Amino acid sequence: MKTKLSISVVLYPIIFLLLLLAVWQTADWIWKIPRILLPSPWEIITVCSKRIDDLWSATLITAQAAISGFALAMVIGTTLGLLFSVSKVARRGVYPYMIFLQTVPIVAIAPLIIIWFGGGMTSIVIIVTVISLFPIVTNVTTGLRTVDAGLLDLMTLYQATPYQVLFKVRLPNAIPYLVTGAKISSGLTIVGAVIGEYLAGHGIDEQGLGYYIFMGSQNFKTEVLFASIFLSSLLGVTMVTAVAVISRTLLARWTFQLER
Amino acid sequence: MTAPISMSQNPAITIDDLSMQYGDATVLDSVSCDIPAGQWVSIVGPSGCGKSTLLRCVAGLTNPTTGMVQLGGQQPAFVFQDPTLLPWRSAADNIQLPLELEEQSMENRSDRILQVAQLVGLDATDINKYPRELSGGMRMRVSIARALVMKPNALLLDEPFAALDEILRQQLNQELLHIWQTQQMTVLFVTHNVTEAVYLSQRVLVLNANGTVGGDVAIDLPADRVPAIRNTPPFLEKTAAVTRILQEGL
Repeated sequence: MKTKLSISVVLYPIIFLLLLLAVWQTADWIWKIPRILLPSPWEIITVCSKRIDDLWSATLITAQAAISGFALAMVIGTTLGLLFSVSKVARRGVYPYMIFLQTVPIVAIAPLIIIWFGGGMTSIVIIVTVISLFPIVTNVTTGLRTVDAGLLDLMTLYQATPYQVLFKVRLPNAIPYLVTGAKISSGLTIVGAVIGEYLAGHGIDEQGLGYYIFMGSQNFKTEVLFASIFLSSLLGVTMVTAVAVISRTLLARWTFQLER
Repeated sequence: MTAPISMSQNPAITIDDLSMQYGDATVLDSVSCDIPAGQWVSIVGPSGCGKSTLLRCVAGLTNPTTGMVQLGGQQPAFVFQDPTLLPWRSAADNIQLPLELEEQSMENRSDRILQVAQLVGLDATDINKYPRELSGGMRMRVSIARALVMKPNALLLDEPFAALDEILRQQLNQELLHIWQTQQMTVLFVTHNVTEAVYLSQRVLVLNANGTVGGDVAIDLPADRVPAIRNTPPFLEKTAAVTRILQEGL
């Protein structure tokens, strides 16, 4: 039953994709759609195979930016979550600005970051960090604060120190919340990396997928544009899957909460 | 049939004129009671009469509005209605938590974990499991083992078997009685089940719906309690006496 379910989870999307590609390719043959508007799947595959080295290298650079920004967001987000959980003043003073930061579109903040830190990898990583920080902060804060009252009573009974309460109850309790935040953020990292490269990835040696999207749109190379979009999506799915797999294997003892 | 218990010269737990108010609502009203060392006292009463609040005051988890609780050298352990286990820790790690918080050595801990696990009927395989892998009854055994690991001389139990089925409840009652007899602890047991209270206790404290003490019934039944005692006239008489006080206090 479980095997059948897992096969269908993989098989059905593949069947749907193949059907879509077949319809797309057939429409191209019948109506001879101009390449500048919509290249056929075959043309995209051809361009991909010709520029495989460039695109692969761009994918790796985007992944590097995304992972670096994500790691930074995890460290900063967890630290801020800890601070917000222990200090009401910090929570009330700083948290509204976190929400403010989240509501402002990243494309509006990105130029400021580029002005402050210059074009290149540093700005791209900061953009990724900014876009992926909020879910981690909110989830970690919630996880540290939403502790079963009975467990806190238990720690009071045994006269546990605040340090013991933090490390033996609050932090372990926050792990599933951190994982949920990380899952949400992992998808956003690719968005941040591509936007960062689109705006700040010019004139540098390391050109990621965002740069290829920018160049493809400027030069009407729609097949490059499509290939880059496809690779970005693939990278996003890989990031989310990797975080999900790591969280499942490393955090098996928290399964009761992850499955809720 | 209600007989006030004579005050012990050196009570293990003294509850003195204890009152508790939440806003305008009075939960406990001038509750006084002395519990001698080694005695099993059950507290019964209608829902919301302050049974659990009284126990929390004794444990020091809640501060009463007025009155006081004195623990004459007693080190109480508390068993909650829910097992209150840390879900990310194995049963053994849950049991050793109080020892860990006291920073006792690993050697002492492992021996003590095995001792208390055995006492509550858990084997080596059970204690290596996580709470989610254990049944409700097993989780409660872990919770009791954790309470016993510090060798307390007073045990406070807040309806620990409320969520369990009747058969398992009776089985755990029997095991708890055995632990009480062998460990010689003072027990304060909150329950809403009159039969259970009479069966387990030497004394039943009945709280009225308004938070006052409705009665203090001595249960002078044989010390060795066996399930068959539930059908004997003295047992039924005590049960009827407690029930009558409960009804009068509604």
